[in-house]
Amino acid sequence: VRGVDDAPIRLRPYGGLVAVTSAMPQEAAEEAAVRARLERLESVEAMARAHHLVVDAVARCSVVIPFRLATIHHDNQRLLDMLRRRHAEFDATLNRLTGRVEIGVKGYANGATAPAEAVDCGTDNPGRDYLRMRRQQRDRRERAAQDAIDASERIDAALAAVAVDHRRHQPQPVHLRDDDAENVLNAAYLVETAGLQDFLAQVRQHSADALGVRVEITGPWAPYSFTDLESGDRP
Amino acid sequence: MTIEAVGGREIALVDVLDRLLAEGVVLYSELTLAIADVDLVHLSLRTLITSITGEEQR
Repeated sequence: VRGVDDAPIRLRPYGGLVAVTSAMPQEAAEEAAVRARLERLESVEAMARAHHLVVDAVARCSVVIPFRLATIHHDNQRLLDMLRRRHAEFDATLNRLTGRVEIGVKGYANGATAPAEAVDCGTDNPGRDYLRMRRQQRDRRERAAQDAIDASERIDAALAAVAVDHRRHQPQPVHLRDDDAENVLNAAYLVETAGLQDFLAQVRQHSADALGVRVEITGPWAPYSFTDLESGDRP
Repeated sequence: MTIEAVGGREIALVDVLDRLLAEGVVLYSELTLAIADVDLVHLSLRTLITSITGEEQR
C-alpha cells in the first residue's frame, strides 16, 4: 500500500501509538496548493481513495483512528508533539474501537405506500374530477415520503439499540442517483466484529419489514464515524 | 475490510467523503480542515459538490 501521490508509507511510533504517514513536497503542503487540489474532483477522489486504502489496510491488522482528509503536519516534530499531547485521548479512543467495525446503512424512499381509500371517480364534472385526481396524486406522494421517513426512523432506532454506537450523516443529494430516489437515512453503526453477521441479519430483517424504504448496506468500514475526540480539532 | 464483503460493488466516492470529511459533503458549502494541527483552512466545497453532481449524472 502507498500513500497519497503514491508516496511510500512511513510509520512514526510514539509511546505505543504509531502514526501512519506519507511525505509530500513542502510546496504541495502550502495552504493555497492544498486548497487548489481540494477544488478539483479528480484530485480529491485520488486523495480520498489513497487515504482510504491506507486506513483500510491498517484497520485489517490493527485498530485505527482515521484522520480527516488532508491532515498535514509540517514536520515530524510537530507530529510527535501532537501524539504526545493527545496520547491519553487517542489511547482511550483506540480502546473503545478495538474489535469493532463500522457499517453504513442508507435508506431510500421507493415510492411505495399503503393503498389509498377507494377512489370515487367519474362524475359529470371533468374539471372537478381532474382537480381531485391531482390532489389524490399529491397526497399519495406525500404519504409515501412520510412513510419512508417513518420507516427509516424505525430502522435506525432498532439498529441503534443493538449497535455499540451510532451516528447520522447528512442525507446524500437526490441527484447523485440514477433513479432519483430520495436518501432518507444515512447512518453509521459501530458493531462488534464478532457480531457482524448478526447485525447484518438484523439490518436485512428490519429492511424487509419496512414499507416505502429500500435499504443499502456499505462496509465494513474502519470506524471513521466514531473517532469523535473531545476537542474541535478532530484528527 | 472492503465493501465487497457486503455490497459487492466499488465504494462510492460520496460514501468515502461522508466519512473522510466528517461534516457531510452535501449540505455544507464551507468546511474547516485542520492543517498542521493548528492552522485552519476554510475550504469552499461548492465546486466540489457541483463536480460530483455532474459526474454521477452521466
